[in-house]
Amino acid sequence: MAIPSYATRGERIWHYVFLGLCSLIFLFLVGPLLIIIPLSFNAEPYFTFSEAMLSFDPAGYSLRWYEDFFTSSEWLNSIKNSFIIGISSTVLATVLGTIAALGLSSRHMPARGLIMALLISPMIVPLIISAAAMFFFFSKIQLAQTYLGVILAHTALGIPFVVITVTATLSSFDTTLIRAAHSLGASPTRTFFKVVLPLVTPGVVSGALFAFITSFDEVVVVLFIAGPEQRTMPIQMWSGIREQISPTILAVATMLVLLSMLLLATLEMLRRRSERLRGMSPG
Amino acid sequence: MSDSPSAPLTTADGVPLKVSLRRASRRLKIKALLLVSPLLAFLIIAFVMPIFDMLWRSVDNPEVSNALPHTVEALENWDGESLPDEPVFAALAQDLKTGQEARNLGLVSSRLNYEKSGMRSAVMGTARRLSRIEPPYKTALIDANDAWGELDTWQLIERESAPYTLSYYLAAVDMQYTPSGEIVEVPDYLQIHLALFWRTFWMSGLITLLTLVLGYPIAFLLANLPARRANLLMILVLLPFWTSLLVRTTTWIAILQSQGVLNDVMVALGVIADEMRWQMIYNKTGTITAMTHILLPFMILPLYSVMKTIPPSYMRAARSLGGKPFLSFRRVYFPLTIPGIAAGGILVFILSIGYYITPALVGGQSGRFITNYIAYHMQTSLNWGLAAAIASILLFVVIVFYMIFNRLIGVDKVKLG
Repeated sequence: MAIPSYATRGERIWHYVFLGLCSLIFLFLVGPLLIIIPLSFNAEPYFTFSEAMLSFDPAGYSLRWYEDFFTSSEWLNSIKNSFIIGISSTVLATVLGTIAALGLSSRHMPARGLIMALLISPMIVPLIISAAAMFFFFSKIQLAQTYLGVILAHTALGIPFVVITVTATLSSFDTTLIRAAHSLGASPTRTFFKVVLPLVTPGVVSGALFAFITSFDEVVVVLFIAGPEQRTMPIQMWSGIREQISPTILAVATMLVLLSMLLLATLEMLRRRSERLRGMSPG
Repeated sequence: MSDSPSAPLTTADGVPLKVSLRRASRRLKIKALLLVSPLLAFLIIAFVMPIFDMLWRSVDNPEVSNALPHTVEALENWDGESLPDEPVFAALAQDLKTGQEARNLGLVSSRLNYEKSGMRSAVMGTARRLSRIEPPYKTALIDANDAWGELDTWQLIERESAPYTLSYYLAAVDMQYTPSGEIVEVPDYLQIHLALFWRTFWMSGLITLLTLVLGYPIAFLLANLPARRANLLMILVLLPFWTSLLVRTTTWIAILQSQGVLNDVMVALGVIADEMRWQMIYNKTGTITAMTHILLPFMILPLYSVMKTIPPSYMRAARSLGGKPFLSFRRVYFPLTIPGIAAGGILVFILSIGYYITPALVGGQSGRFITNYIAYHMQTSLNWGLAAAIASILLFVVIVFYMIFNRLIGVDKVKLG
């Protein structure tokens, strides 16, 4: 955003004020996430910087909260649960969602708008309402407090993300490519694996990532329909924040921030790859 | 061109082309539906049916007619003006006896207690002493508990013997039935829900406004930077978007609490005295700050995608026609961004009124939303009918805003990340 040559002095000053404001807003966005990283290495059981940390005394820093995390059976068990529930619901949501997206992107789909609205609804309805509704219903059919119940609930919550990303990918899919492959002598199987799949996979994978993170980060529904056995990591954090606030939570939070960085990088890579394959951007 | 225009076109095997075409398109339609049907069936069972079950529960009223069938039957011929006669009391004694033996008076006693306090002990207490009660039942039951001698007890039982009730909805908006069946507001000291609804709405409105004020400049900057640098800065928007909600809430606790980072810095700088630390969390400030931070990306992303489509030449044209910078912005650029403002604003507002976790963790008493009361009635007061009614009202509000959103923008246009 360069300053145009005709800008007046007032505009130049405004330009720098504007950039300054934007920097402050960026600080507001990212600062809180970065501040917990050093805090998680605190040697004291506080949520703030100790004297020793501020003077960069090595004694002020420690890994005790990470040690606490990795030696606590409660935390490790909750991570295991989170992965069991997250992976199962992601697989289910991705398979069902991708198949449905194939149908939805067909020109012949009847009542498309209505069906789409229905499939997206778990994303729109506030979580507390879904949680209350599922709690009532799942208790009736003996699914409350079971792994299956939580997995089905999370599948429902993840489905809109898969449907949205995969239909978006399919709608920009150029079907003449299939004909081109046929005309160049490729068999249908070869066309599917060499042309269709590489183009669609990025959409499916990013839909699956969305579904996974939805489940992995979900608190409200688990809070209502899971029993003590299905305690997931967000629940462990939730009760940690409410009951006995210890910096172990900050250690977990730091690891989760790193996880989301990793995820973001993966998604960005997928996006670039799909753009390159479609020839939308050079290299 | 055919010689006889009336003869229909046919395919090679003699079927009229129209029929064949219709058949083919029907086949494609069925194929598309078949692909969608597994997911549709799944969602209907796992999501739609629970929602309808909840709506049903908010008006369902089986407790009285299930537990006191004979009383309800005997009350059918009652005039409702004076205390009922002996047969009704005898029926009540019989129902309480059966209920006490089957141990299923709990539901009906709490149901009646929602409407009239003291009814739980009236039902349970009388049932326990039933073995010592002899006919005539009317005087004996009134001796056992005064509530049976009050006219409104019987009016209550008669009213709640209906299979459906509006009383949960009335309670959700701080209203109630008078004994004679009119609808009035509950006394001031018992009013909680309406105030919470309003608080949820105005705080969500404020949060939406704050995200707009903070998000607009960022979206503008991102839309006008060269692609490479915009992508880099976009990461700063997407990182919080992708980070766990609990993590973002936790960091605000670390920053804002009275022994937290911000207060420590202020004390160290001498801005405030050590014993005068700001109370920035576990109140409205806490909820508003944390939720503005959490929802900001949802405002920036739609704004950005709209601003991206505005050609920079428009502003240059406005300037070359003599518009001052502010005027050109207000008359040319800003009107073009209104669809983005609408999309982001409705999105943030919908998300905000349904938030539960953040207000519950950092809102304290004064920063709570109506959602926290749904949870309270689900888990603590165990009045599930009331929880369902509040949730249904909230759901209705969300659906209305969602339909406006859909009309304006279209849900397929939602971009993720």
